[in-house]
Amino acid sequence: MTTIKPIIKRELQSYFATPIAYVFIVIFLIMSGVFAFYFGNLYERGQADLIPFFNFHPWLYLFLVPAVSMRIWSEERNSGNIELLMTLPVKKMDWVMGKYFSAWLFIGLALVLTFPMVISINYLGDPDNGLILASYLGSFLLAGGFLAIGACISAATKNQVIAFILTVVVCFLFLLSGFPMVLNFFKLFMPQIMVDAVASTSFLTHYDSITKGVLDLGDLSYFAITIGLWLYATSLIIDMKKAD
Amino acid sequence: MIECLHLSKKFGQFTAVDDLSFTAQKGQVLGFLGPNGAGKSTTMKMITGFLEPTSGQIKVCGTDIAEDPIRVKQKIGYLPEGAPSYGEMEVGQFLYFVAAMRGIEKDLIRAAVESVISRVNLEKVYYQKIETLSKGFKRRVGLAQAIIHDPEVLIMDEPTDGLDPNQKHQVRSLITDMSKDKTIILSTHILEEVHAVCDRAIIIAGGQLVADNTPAEMEGMSRYHHAVSFVSDLDTELLNKIKGMDCVLDVTYDSRLKETTVFPTQGLFIFDEISEFLRKQSIQVKSLKMEAGRLDEVFRNITQGQNEREVVK
Repeated sequence: MTTIKPIIKRELQSYFATPIAYVFIVIFLIMSGVFAFYFGNLYERGQADLIPFFNFHPWLYLFLVPAVSMRIWSEERNSGNIELLMTLPVKKMDWVMGKYFSAWLFIGLALVLTFPMVISINYLGDPDNGLILASYLGSFLLAGGFLAIGACISAATKNQVIAFILTVVVCFLFLLSGFPMVLNFFKLFMPQIMVDAVASTSFLTHYDSITKGVLDLGDLSYFAITIGLWLYATSLIIDMKKAD
Repeated sequence: MIECLHLSKKFGQFTAVDDLSFTAQKGQVLGFLGPNGAGKSTTMKMITGFLEPTSGQIKVCGTDIAEDPIRVKQKIGYLPEGAPSYGEMEVGQFLYFVAAMRGIEKDLIRAAVESVISRVNLEKVYYQKIETLSKGFKRRVGLAQAIIHDPEVLIMDEPTDGLDPNQKHQVRSLITDMSKDKTIILSTHILEEVHAVCDRAIIIAGGQLVADNTPAEMEGMSRYHHAVSFVSDLDTELLNKIKGMDCVLDVTYDSRLKETTVFPTQGLFIFDEISEFLRKQSIQVKSLKMEAGRLDEVFRNITQGQNEREVVK
């Protein structure tokens, strides 16, 4: 466990030693603002909340999180560095967790930097700050879910472009399964229980309920279990693929 | 000390390492020789715990790697092929990171990094990003990373590949310095290197061990062992005279270098006879030397024989 700290430190340093960090943060801040104001009509709605802002996060993450996750493992395999990592006296799970959490922390930092939104809305009106806090938590968990999928796929290929595209597709499927359009389609021939089961695999369903301010243990454990499973799969895939 | 017993590694249908057994003792530099794809790197990857063997057992300093991989990894320093590292990191940063990952105690890390930096002469590039370094420096960073925790066992995959003669010399003298109290395994294509640093050499071909000798013994296996060669203008008549001598097995003449090589009958020492003969015939000789044996010839004989055997199968 003591080795996780230096791993996280090194990973975060490497984000900021390359332009990745700056490009990502700037694009994330601009896009989240553009989505909230132009498409979400945050200002014109005349309501003091950040719902339009958070509504677009799943779609923003769909493309930005895979851009962070694609390099986590495929870069190490491509450069041959994985041979160095796996021969250090460190448990494999420490690497998996360390690399994952540093990427998550990094996205968390980008999320925290959207704080001017909160300040503006508090200046304009009197929003429910508890709800905003819950929404931030939901958004952070959603990013974590996408990131776990991305890390796993990144371990499966040496090619970052393939890792990116596959991650977008898989994340999209996990979003889609909670989309009303898709659920209505399933309702045509499935009993309600099955439809609920499909809906419950979706990031969107759980994200929506958290951003509505309902901090249900079920939603939280959904994200925890999803992330845990994908990280476990990551460590298995590293074992299978490291020699290629 | 490293013990490998009946080691095999299969990738699908392909057998990369086939029932390989050997032991490397402390204080010994063991050279791995073999053509490309012979299984040298795969064997090293198994000893360092990167790959699990399909069958067989590896013990490093008495610990079985299958039972306690972390403990084995602590004892090993490893320089993978091509010396990979994090390009975006500075040399100092990278070594601090490896030291921390190696579990060196916090207050000892600084001393460890400083000592390794001076041992492999990295002072000048301490604050430079690794990706901007030349090949020689990158290799030295890899070496520094491998010896930072003063390991009992050092494993290096082609440590001097792609270095210029000065850098090669430096790396070799570093290896020789460290060899007293460590077990060192290195793989190489460069046969002169075997002579320069190794106490023992193993030739691997087709995943199997085909020779295990000291470099001197290997030279003894050469046709050129104790052959005498000299440079001078000779005519066919004289060549035939030499060929006719009792102690001479064969004579070859390289017309480009004007070099004559005289091969002795099995085991004989013919330097005196040949020099005596040349003096008697009053032949102008530019150089006259006795050969110790040519490793590259032995290497070719052993490994090509192996390939042919495979075809016959």
